[in-house]
Amino acid sequence: MSLRRLVAAALIPLALLASACGGGEGESFGDDSLVIYSGRNENLVGPLIEKLRTATGLDVQVRYGDSAELAAQILEEGADTRADLFFSQDAGALGALSKHRMLAPIAPAALDRVPAEYRGSDGTWVGLSGRSRVIVYDPRTVTAPPKSVFELTDPRWQGKVGWAPTNASFQSFVTALRVLSGEDRARQWLEAMKANGTQTFSNNVNILNAVDEGKLQLGLINHYYWYEKVAERGANGVPSRLAYLPGGDPGALVNVAGVGVLKDSEHAAAAHKAVDFLLGTEAQKYFADTTKEYPLISGVATAAGLPPFDSLKGPEVDLSKLDSIEQTITLLQEVGLV
Amino acid sequence: MTIRRIPAGLLAPAGVTAALALLPVGYLLVRAGEGGAGGVAATLLRARTAELALRSLGLAAAVTVLCTAIGISLAWLVVRSDLPGRRVFGVLAALPLAVPSYVAAYTWVAATDIEGFAGSVLVLTLCSYPYVYLPVAAALSRMDPAAEEVALSLGRSRFGVVLRQLRPSAAAGALLVAMYVLAEFGAVAIMRFDVFTTQIYTSYRAGFNRTPAAVLGLLLVLVTLVVVAAESRTRGRAAYAMRGAPARRPPAVRLGGAARAAATAWCAALAGLAVGFPLASICYWLADGSSAGVDAAALAEAVAATLGVAAAGALLTTALAVPVGVVAARYRGRTAAFLEQSTYVGHSLPGIVMALSLVFFAVRYVPAVYQRWPLLVVAYAVLFMPAAVGAVRASVLQSPPVLEEVARSLGRTPLRALREVTLPLALPGVLAGAALVFLTAMKELPATLLLRPTGMDTLATELWTETGSGAYGAAAPYAALLMLLAAVPGFVLGRRSLEEAS
Repeated sequence: MSLRRLVAAALIPLALLASACGGGEGESFGDDSLVIYSGRNENLVGPLIEKLRTATGLDVQVRYGDSAELAAQILEEGADTRADLFFSQDAGALGALSKHRMLAPIAPAALDRVPAEYRGSDGTWVGLSGRSRVIVYDPRTVTAPPKSVFELTDPRWQGKVGWAPTNASFQSFVTALRVLSGEDRARQWLEAMKANGTQTFSNNVNILNAVDEGKLQLGLINHYYWYEKVAERGANGVPSRLAYLPGGDPGALVNVAGVGVLKDSEHAAAAHKAVDFLLGTEAQKYFADTTKEYPLISGVATAAGLPPFDSLKGPEVDLSKLDSIEQTITLLQEVGLV
Repeated sequence: MTIRRIPAGLLAPAGVTAALALLPVGYLLVRAGEGGAGGVAATLLRARTAELALRSLGLAAAVTVLCTAIGISLAWLVVRSDLPGRRVFGVLAALPLAVPSYVAAYTWVAATDIEGFAGSVLVLTLCSYPYVYLPVAAALSRMDPAAEEVALSLGRSRFGVVLRQLRPSAAAGALLVAMYVLAEFGAVAIMRFDVFTTQIYTSYRAGFNRTPAAVLGLLLVLVTLVVVAAESRTRGRAAYAMRGAPARRPPAVRLGGAARAAATAWCAALAGLAVGFPLASICYWLADGSSAGVDAAALAEAVAATLGVAAAGALLTTALAVPVGVVAARYRGRTAAFLEQSTYVGHSLPGIVMALSLVFFAVRYVPAVYQRWPLLVVAYAVLFMPAAVGAVRASVLQSPPVLEEVARSLGRTPLRALREVTLPLALPGVLAGAALVFLTAMKELPATLLLRPTGMDTLATELWTETGSGAYGAAAPYAALLMLLAAVPGFVLGRRSLEEAS
């Protein structure tokens, strides 16, 4: 093959590339355009973004990724960030951006629709949907699931519990544990869990699958993973059940997914308009019915099948303290879990 | 070979390649420096750092040894024995390249109880032995069986001679495997085996303080450079170019009945575990799960984007690799060693570190390409340069320097002799390297996620989206298509390893 023919052959994929990317590159970026960095999965929030486009007429472009990685990307971009709005899977990443002074204040009218415990104390981010930490258990082998995470260090659960120490929701739970029970108790619990042979997983989905496959008896996860799996597999395809912990146990922490507007956004008006929409009835109903999370504004009902929001006996924790995640990671590192 | 000056026409482009490959190190130095000496020391002295570094090295050692043994045994059986169906096995031996390691890991975890160290070794070995098989098969088929016959006639074992001659090609493949394992994150995370890269990923979550991650990244670069230096010592000073025509002979070794059965079972088992098993699992997922509806338009767009960026990545990587590969093959000395070894740096870093370094530089200095496909293509070049440089070096080594010298005695400049004589001879090998980069880039995920144009999806990012929401049924079509498309260059590479033999 001659070099010239080779180059000609190579041009075909390049043409494909141009056609594939050409459409996406019409980045005219007028006042009505908005770039969202979303740490939430496209399958979960894609339809909601579509509703946002329709309702606001904004030209919305979304960059999906992992919440922590996107936050790291925004920090690297600094003042030149391309993001107007950051949609995070957890409060920790929002807290970190707020701590680095990357976020702009959100209007009180929007903020006040959400209870004070589910938004940043400095008013730069707001929770959109609530998720409860739960224990998933295998009813085939477990008749009486534990009522507190502190029971999990009992020898009867040795090697039978799964957790995901690198997962942000788990780390928020450990932060709650530190805040509620003190550093020493939190460290003791982590060490006792580790000594009890608690099994490490990379994420909630894998823990849930392991329980359904009978490889684990208990797992520490977020509630909505189970409801989503039931929606995919049908109730018969998911043998596991959920236990919501009572009495303000740290294992019942209610965490939020939320948004913050970037301070250096050139489309701040559009970004605030989007925040407004996401705190409106249509979007909140979407979180309730489709992602099986808890809506955070009053007047929107929780999906059937979930325990009511006010029945959750989560601990009283200031979520804006979740940005003390740095100390949590240090603790997890000292215990040798991450 | 004597020490000669590298001509400027070669040195300049090779220098550009090396500078590009070293960009991530510049970024890591900036970020590590922000933490001050105290921050750096705190990260390095953490007990967990040492523990995880040992785990990573142990994993890399185990996988590399196994891949080397498997790669050499397969190559020898396919090229040198009368194994039945050896042509089929030859192609099958290259196909595990088409299986993304994270897909393989998922399929093993879903269907069996295997996990941890054993699971990581299993999956990474099955996915990466072709990196050894391909260069060794190519070297074996160029080797003159006469050398073995001489050894036998002198009462020595044939394997001593073969292994000695295979050492450079096996070491080059083993080096790629070792670096790949050191930088791997996805498959080991699924296998629930914490390694050094786990710590790097966790550091980014740790209050978003980037100093620890940068320090750990630099440590990984250092470890890799030690491994690279060790490999370059195995090359020695032997001459590899064939003088005269390569030997064209039928396979030399007849296998006895029992050996034949055992060899067939060995090859079939490897193909079954490395290719058959993940393929069967994907087919099971395709049939299973109610979310299995396929959005044809999204699928087609993802295919076009995947092929486009991977092809552009292969082109750029190869173009950048040619000057460095030529220098590595034809020149000795510190400059040549530095140029070649610097290209390994990007490959040794987890995708996220490399991607963040490009974010850092692009946003500050070339904002016009940020979040456009050219930057993603550059990322692929930095990540996959070693495979291309290795291919260029090996194929240039095979073309006898004496031909270049003749051309020069006829009045050609060194560069012109290179272009008119050596490169055309080396072209098939260079193209094989490009095919390898092409298929590796198709499977790339972490850097693609961070650097892709907003809104663009490749098959790998679609796969990530679907599995991230637990929708395995919906993930299956993307996994199947990715493996199918990557199997095409894999097939070409497998065929090539045989064509040289026949």
